[in-house]
Amino acid sequence: MTASSAPPVLQVRDAAKRFGAVRALDGVSFDVGRGEVVALLGDNGAGKSTLIKAISGVHRLDAGTVVLDGVDITAAGAMAVRAHGVETVYQDLALFDNLDAAANFFAGRELAGPSRLPRALRLMRHRRMTDRTRELLDRLQVSLPDLDAPVALMSGGQRQAVAVARAVAFSSKLVILDEPTAALGLRESARVLDLVRRLKDDGVAVILISHSMDQVMAVADRAIVLRRGRSVGETAPTAENHERLVAWIVGAAGHQTI
Amino acid sequence: MARQAPPTALAVADGSAPQELPRAGAAGRGLTLALAVLRAGPVAILGLLVLVLGLVSDVFWSLENIGNVLNQSAVICVLALGQLLVVVTRGIDLSVGSNLSLSAVVGALVWQHQSSTVLAVAAALATGTVVGLVNGLLFVKGRLPHPFIPTLAMLTAASGLALYLSHSETIQGAPPLVDEVGAGRIAAVPGGGDFGWFPTATFVVVVVAALLVLATRGLVWGRWVYAVGGNPEAAVRNGIPVPSVLVSVYAVCGLLAGVAALLTMGRADAGSPTAGALAELDAIAAVIIGGASFLGGRGTVLNALTGAFVIAVMRNGLNLLGIDPNWQYMATGVVIVVAVELDVVRGHLESRFRSLQAVSAP
Repeated sequence: MTASSAPPVLQVRDAAKRFGAVRALDGVSFDVGRGEVVALLGDNGAGKSTLIKAISGVHRLDAGTVVLDGVDITAAGAMAVRAHGVETVYQDLALFDNLDAAANFFAGRELAGPSRLPRALRLMRHRRMTDRTRELLDRLQVSLPDLDAPVALMSGGQRQAVAVARAVAFSSKLVILDEPTAALGLRESARVLDLVRRLKDDGVAVILISHSMDQVMAVADRAIVLRRGRSVGETAPTAENHERLVAWIVGAAGHQTI
Repeated sequence: MARQAPPTALAVADGSAPQELPRAGAAGRGLTLALAVLRAGPVAILGLLVLVLGLVSDVFWSLENIGNVLNQSAVICVLALGQLLVVVTRGIDLSVGSNLSLSAVVGALVWQHQSSTVLAVAAALATGTVVGLVNGLLFVKGRLPHPFIPTLAMLTAASGLALYLSHSETIQGAPPLVDEVGAGRIAAVPGGGDFGWFPTATFVVVVVAALLVLATRGLVWGRWVYAVGGNPEAAVRNGIPVPSVLVSVYAVCGLLAGVAALLTMGRADAGSPTAGALAELDAIAAVIIGGASFLGGRGTVLNALTGAFVIAVMRNGLNLLGIDPNWQYMATGVVIVVAVELDVVRGHLESRFRSLQAVSAP
């Protein structure tokens, strides 16, 4: 919907990727608009993970292009893609369990000085990092019982919140969430979905992988269904479209765009 | 359980009252207390040891004996601090003892031939650092599967080189300044007065420890060391230069083996090719007693020092009580097991604490 009015944040064209004899991606194209939440649906092995890893620079596509805000990032590595403003939260969260929330947020990009020294030898600005962390958590309306506790001591939902908050702290354009609620209970899942809505309100585009149709209907503007490496359907995830989406996922209907 | 009907732990700041489950809350407080005690584990062990030894021995608390303990612990402390950094990154350095021997031999040989304090000290420190660098490069660039391998190889290689260079004999003599720092007491310093029992080597330990506290807590480098230990894969993803961090850690560990070599040289007024034999085991034991985890990411400078003191105090106490030296080795073994067992219990309590948090957090 937003994709039509303004140029999309992300354009994927004819993405293809093989692993040996397996066509993990076979000509997938889609756009994501600014502040748009796009859900990727599909059975296990449909190509969802390969697709997001290709976007985030972990996998390199065999063919096709990925364009972010007009910049071709097809060949960019993971660090370069992040530098362009795309953050990915994988299921393992990639948190440092032994460090607190602020240290996790700023891992690898610590606020420190003086800048004439090599980065490793700079003195960290603990206060500024903690303040920035608190600001960010407030903005996302995430409350942690103890900001100084190592994240190992946090609950699943709190850890997910820290990982998502870390992603948005540094990404102005696109956040990719891989099954952000897979390990969470109902209430914690609801909080994470609230977080996704707030990202959207902040103008951040979101790609969401989820197995829960309810969650997709609750937050996504658009759902794209992958099957055997192909995009087999695309529609707004509403209650009326529910059956159609399921049919696409299990392969009971041909390709359609509504 | 916690997944089905949890009052959420990820609270929205809408002023809704926290729904704390009373049972979880009480248990949580109990756990918090138990965790606080267990986290003080190394200090508690040291405290207990000091208390018991003070009761059973009249001389334990004498200033002279305290000075002895401090002096004897200096080498273990310095080695343990280097080992700590390595262990925090999920590694191990088995070569620090041999490195100490080699650095001491090189330092003593340079002193013998050049009679230059600066050159001798620089040679010992440089030798230690180079050995550490080689360890790190072999591990990172040589892609050896675990730091155990390169440092085990270095253990024998450095030891062999030390014996070769010294023709298997102790190289007599060390710079007077090195002797003064390694064996001296503060009374030798003008105005030392009542502190004549206090070993100068302890100042070296204090300076090294202070620098490492600054480096680990203040510098970006220190944060990276802990990040690499906590989650190496995530460290790579976050753009932390993991290979350089690892190499630097082994280099610093080697440098500190060089510092320990100078302290040993000073105490003996000589460089012996076997001065550091088995010292790596003390260093590793100290770090483990100090609560560092081989799983990486955990361990602090002060706790590593505490671990080193546990070993030194125990040895001293058993000596004072006239107990067979062989018991000392067995006692060290027991303390290692007790310390790590306490840590295992702590780990269990922490995961219990975590699931309670999911249930009861506001």
